[in-house]
Amino acid sequence: MNSSGGSAAGPSSGSGDGSAPPRRNSKRPKYSKFTQQELPACKPILTPKWVISVFTLVGVIFVPIGIAALMASNNVVEIVDRYDTECIPASMTGDKVAYIQNDTINKICTRNLTVPKDMDQPIYVYYQLDNFYQNHRRYVKSRSDAQLRDADQANKTSGCDPEKTTKDGSPIVPCGLIAWSLFNDTYNFTLGNKNLSVNKNGISWASDRDHKFGKDVYPKNFQNGVLRGGASLDPNKPLNEQEDLIVWMRTAALPTFRKLYGKIHQDLKANDIIMVTLENNYNTYSFNGKKKLVLSTSSWLGGKNDFLGIAYLTIGGLCFFLATAFTVVYLVKPRKLGDTSYLSWNRNPSGH
Amino acid sequence: MAYEDDDPPLSLHLPRPISEPHLRLDPLSLSAPSAVRHGSRAESERLASSQPELADADARLVIVGDPGRTDPHLQLAGNAVRTAKYSPFTFLPRNLFEQFHRVAYVYFLVIAVLNQLPQLAVFGRGASVLPLAFVLLVTAVKDAYEDWRRHRSDRSENNRAASVVDSRDSQFRTKRWKDVRVGEVLKVFADETIPCDMVLLATSDPTGVAYVQTINLDGESNLKTRYAKQETTSRPIGDAHPFAAGLIRCERPNRNIYGFLANMEIDGKRVSLGPSNIILRGCELKNTAWAIGVAVYAGNETKVMLNSSGAPSKRSRLETHMNRETLLLSAVLITLCSVVSICNGIWLGKHRNDLELSQFFRKRDYSDSGENYNYYGIGMQVFFTFLMSVIVFQIMIPISLYISMELVRLGQAYFMIRDTNLYDESSNSKFQCRALNINEDLGQVKYVFSDKTGTLTENKMEFRCATIRGRDYSSGKVPLQDNGGTHSVLVGDRIWKPKMSVKTDPELVALLQSKVETEQGKQACEFFLALACCNTIVPLVVETADQKQKLIDYQGESPDEQALVYAAASYGFVLIERTSGHIVVDVRGDRQRYDVLGLHEFDSDRKRMSVIIGCPDKTVKLYVKGADISMFGVIQKTVNLDIIRATETSLNAYSSLGLRTLVIGMRKLSRNDFEEWQSAYENASTALIGRGRLLRAVASNVERDLHILGASGIEDKLQQGVPEAIESMRQADIKVWVLTGDKQETAISIGFSCKLLTSEMTQIVINSNSRESCKKSLQDAVAMSSKLAAISPDSENILRGTGSSRIALALVIDGNSLVYILETELEEELFKVATVCDVVLCCRVAPLQKAGIVALMKNRTDDMTLAIGDGANDVSMIQMADVGIGISGQEGRQAVMASDFAMGQFRFLVPLLLVHGHWNYQRMAYMILYNFYRNAVFVFILFWYVLYTAYSLTTAISEWSSVLYSVIYTALPTIVVGILDKDLSRRTLIKYPQLYRAGQRDERYNLKFFILTMMDSIWQSAAIFYIPYLAYRHSVVDVSSLGDLWTLAVVVLVNIHLAMDVFQWNWITHASIWGCIVATVICVIVIDSIWMLPGYWAIFHIMGTGLFWLCLLGIIIAGMLPHFTTKALTEYFMPNDIQIARELEKYQKNAATTSEIPMSTLSQLL
Repeated sequence: MNSSGGSAAGPSSGSGDGSAPPRRNSKRPKYSKFTQQELPACKPILTPKWVISVFTLVGVIFVPIGIAALMASNNVVEIVDRYDTECIPASMTGDKVAYIQNDTINKICTRNLTVPKDMDQPIYVYYQLDNFYQNHRRYVKSRSDAQLRDADQANKTSGCDPEKTTKDGSPIVPCGLIAWSLFNDTYNFTLGNKNLSVNKNGISWASDRDHKFGKDVYPKNFQNGVLRGGASLDPNKPLNEQEDLIVWMRTAALPTFRKLYGKIHQDLKANDIIMVTLENNYNTYSFNGKKKLVLSTSSWLGGKNDFLGIAYLTIGGLCFFLATAFTVVYLVKPRKLGDTSYLSWNRNPSGH
Repeated sequence: MAYEDDDPPLSLHLPRPISEPHLRLDPLSLSAPSAVRHGSRAESERLASSQPELADADARLVIVGDPGRTDPHLQLAGNAVRTAKYSPFTFLPRNLFEQFHRVAYVYFLVIAVLNQLPQLAVFGRGASVLPLAFVLLVTAVKDAYEDWRRHRSDRSENNRAASVVDSRDSQFRTKRWKDVRVGEVLKVFADETIPCDMVLLATSDPTGVAYVQTINLDGESNLKTRYAKQETTSRPIGDAHPFAAGLIRCERPNRNIYGFLANMEIDGKRVSLGPSNIILRGCELKNTAWAIGVAVYAGNETKVMLNSSGAPSKRSRLETHMNRETLLLSAVLITLCSVVSICNGIWLGKHRNDLELSQFFRKRDYSDSGENYNYYGIGMQVFFTFLMSVIVFQIMIPISLYISMELVRLGQAYFMIRDTNLYDESSNSKFQCRALNINEDLGQVKYVFSDKTGTLTENKMEFRCATIRGRDYSSGKVPLQDNGGTHSVLVGDRIWKPKMSVKTDPELVALLQSKVETEQGKQACEFFLALACCNTIVPLVVETADQKQKLIDYQGESPDEQALVYAAASYGFVLIERTSGHIVVDVRGDRQRYDVLGLHEFDSDRKRMSVIIGCPDKTVKLYVKGADISMFGVIQKTVNLDIIRATETSLNAYSSLGLRTLVIGMRKLSRNDFEEWQSAYENASTALIGRGRLLRAVASNVERDLHILGASGIEDKLQQGVPEAIESMRQADIKVWVLTGDKQETAISIGFSCKLLTSEMTQIVINSNSRESCKKSLQDAVAMSSKLAAISPDSENILRGTGSSRIALALVIDGNSLVYILETELEEELFKVATVCDVVLCCRVAPLQKAGIVALMKNRTDDMTLAIGDGANDVSMIQMADVGIGISGQEGRQAVMASDFAMGQFRFLVPLLLVHGHWNYQRMAYMILYNFYRNAVFVFILFWYVLYTAYSLTTAISEWSSVLYSVIYTALPTIVVGILDKDLSRRTLIKYPQLYRAGQRDERYNLKFFILTMMDSIWQSAAIFYIPYLAYRHSVVDVSSLGDLWTLAVVVLVNIHLAMDVFQWNWITHASIWGCIVATVICVIVIDSIWMLPGYWAIFHIMGTGLFWLCLLGIIIAGMLPHFTTKALTEYFMPNDIQIARELEKYQKNAATTSEIPMSTLSQLL
């Protein structure tokens, strides 16, 4: 180590090694912009100009969208009719569950709906269930996707508890609580004395029909148990044609949800009165659920929902307000950017 | 090892060394400080000499040449070393066991196990185990690869060949290293590596000297001399059992490479063995044709193996703080789980009667016997719900953070190592990161404890001036070649030159050239002769490129001695040769041979060394050199009083210049004196018990009535850039304490020269010799500091920029006082005084006291301490401090081995702390907070959803997305930002050291920040959850579609949050952040393309609707609004220093002159 010190300690006495020989095995790290952390970079700073422009821009974008969304929502015409309480004979209101479980009672019920505004086709017919936890953990897990797709996999019923097999052990197709609880109210519409036909084709996702539900899978042992959960399925129709089941098996995200029942391809006029003949079969009484029939047109934003429009208007308005507020404050109390006198050690120490 | 020799291969001239000293040649340390510096070695030496008796119970018995009979008690291991941790069979269990030492993994495992219970199965089996398995597998593969490499190197090491005496026929046979056993006699040849720790028995040198290079052991490149005992050197090799009857009793294997305690019974005599008689595994034999020794420690018991422990493990402050927040998060987690389980209980209670008929619950399984299906009563359900919610919300505790932090530290270490500013040209050493888990501590240091010699100074001693006969020659400015190369020596047809030349004083040169006959001239000759002989330097002659010229390289263990010998050579007294009995000195062209009759080594009691020289004119002279205090005690005071006084004056002047001083004296010995000494010396050196003590007594006896020759001043040069570095650190509010073994005057003068002390500082000096006086001076100091605080003018502080309201104080305290203070109740007083002082200088402190002082500050404050040093005496301090830095310099690698970081120069502290430390801290702090935030957002979204699923813990986000969220969706950007983001450029950070204070104040990571971030995360999660919830209320949306929206929204939002906080955007940052969002979309699409999963094709359906995109946009804006607004507000109206500096960097490039003003006033003041 002294050797290297020789040159540092003063003029070397040796004449032979006047110029230092190139260092062998130098460990000097190679220079590159990357290793020295000097890659070209953009260093954004939130200057007043930027802040105000961002707020203004957001406001400018959000307010029109909000208005458009509100208008779209307003243009949607929606008829909602809760019928589960109305369709019970007055004598049975004390024990609704007994009513619904008694197969011998006729469940047919008639409702009259008034169209409030003109409704352009297609008019979507939904049923809406409230308080039905289609997202309950026990429920969402209780299905077998393998079985639905492939006839050979009928025995793959693991996870379908408690609706897996019949008492003698043969598999139920489709198994699981979801399929078992298939909604089974039916609706028939008449306008005046003309029947309003409901198109029930294409109400489910094409992707489900094509890939998720097999065309050679037929219902087996379905709804044969002690407790009926809901609809029965036509054992001669392959699953990919059972569109009500396919719709139902797309479990809803929230406990209040709608499912598409069908579409009416006919315009309705304001003050038309539609008579609905429905079969009130599905048991929602046991858990205080509600059943509603919904007829609705649609917009580019979907159904009737003012929330998004209001939210956009609120955010947009808030941003305009913030932009103004920042502008005012910047004007009242300006600060030069990069002013060294603001550095903590340049400020008055008594300020601490 | 890091060291590479820069010299062309040495062709070494074999020096004949002195044979006499049986004890190890201790470096002759010229002044007391050095005695302390080598304290650890001196200590072991003292132990060795004062305790010659080894208790049999603690001893290992080695029978020379007979491994079979050696130590029957112990099943001695062979010489095979095993650094590998695993064998193929033990790999799996051991590696897993080690990995599960991390609490995070155990948490991971417990959750995964819980999830396997059928009642609690939240995630599928694969999804729950996969992340843990992945992490374990990656680590295992890494460990396996490292271990395989260790196996390979072990194998090649173990199969090297050694020459061993076969006990049957006493012939040397080649054996593999791993077969060498303790007790066997080995022969090692020149340039071979020594296979095990062995006691020297004989060498090719008749006097039993061997030279070894210990670079693999301690990094010191100079040759060390080791001796075989005279009792064994003369034995012929080749006889049957040449060393039979030899019995070595040595201490148990230990890791002290400077200590060895043993004795050998041979021929009925008992000989004591010390550290100079043992050569250690890993050293190389140099300059010696062969050496024979007996193995005493082998394999994993050798000192080098015992010392090969890994880097010390420390935990960074940020991580400690992080654990506090982790506990808080655990509390939040438990709260969430409790809320969910209690609500679940209430819900179940309310719907008790509905459970059987509700289609979505259906309590009973009718296909069986109609018993309850997966329902165990409300109490159990609540309990299960609790456990399940722990599983669902598990990532509230960010396990991936631990892995990310390790990766980030690895990246930061990479950049520190590759930084050209931390590369030291002179020692060719890069920055070393030895500890990988305290990078960010570098950004929070408040106290720096620095060693002086070798750390602040270069430890390259340079002879500066001399006082001869009271006359001061200190204008040495002229390098010698200007006045005719008197310093080169003609040997045959070759010219030999000393490797270094020293600036000489023209007056002194003239005196030596022309006025040799005057009294002054004679004294000067004696002076330089003393410098040339009174040492233990071995001259080595090195070939140069020039055929005609050779260089003399003075090898020795003490840099002071080297400096003196080079100085003597420059004045014409060139030491050419040293053999066992004599030295050859070229005295101004005239080669003279001096017999070395005796040598008294340096020891820390006498603080001097001496040689007895037989001159060519048959006179016998004693030359002594040593520290002034010890020398003035033995100098004849009756005559030449004025010379002594003048010398003392010069010494004080030298001291105040920061020079290390040394007094040289001599005495002519009469025949009687000499004979008396000789017999005493012989008696002492053959004594069996207490030899060291006897030799010291002999030395003290002869070193008396000296005639003073003069004194020398050696400069311990300040390292480059030290004053600037200290000034920067002062501005950064880092308090620099210097802990040195030097004496007070030297320490203070060094303090001034490195600008640690300034003239306007008030010095408090504590020099006490008793407890009471210590107490009193401390109390006085406290009183004084409070008095000064009261009267301090404010204006000065503004200019000085310290931000404090008092006059600068400096505390100077010495080791004697510290004895009475440390570990007593006076510590508290010292602490009070020290904290109000700007500078603390501790002089004459012992290594353990250094650690004590560090501990004093570490235990009493929350501030981060950093210790920096280069010598073995700094090891305890380096290990004690929060951050230990080793200087890889002149004094070996002990400090480096103990350190967390190692570098070449003191001044590198500035870029290390101010730049890398600042960056590391800033990055790590942000990364930790961000990881907490990121996972909390996700957990809260899950939580909000659970509130709408009858508290049944369904997750809308698919389980694969949950698992991949912190692993793939959001992991990379935070790691990239944690490695690459810089808030400020290197230039700004160096220019405004004050910016460092942000780290000291915990500005980037504190509880307030944490709580604000958590509140932000709750808001953002609410925005993410409730905007779609309200927008999709009463609609046909299915759980998978909404889950996909939530997944994408949360990933986009947290990445945009990160993007908003990034300081610098380079292409890597862009790629990682936007790439991660794209990767997430791809992952979600892939997951939704698996028909097996319920969410099949959902993403395509929902992405086709306008509502989806409006929700996403609304979420992003609504979610970011509070963060953006507060950021804009605080950055503009409450800017912190970093913000202003960033603006400065961007907008004020041409306004540099204005910003220069405070700096220049500062430097004027100091």
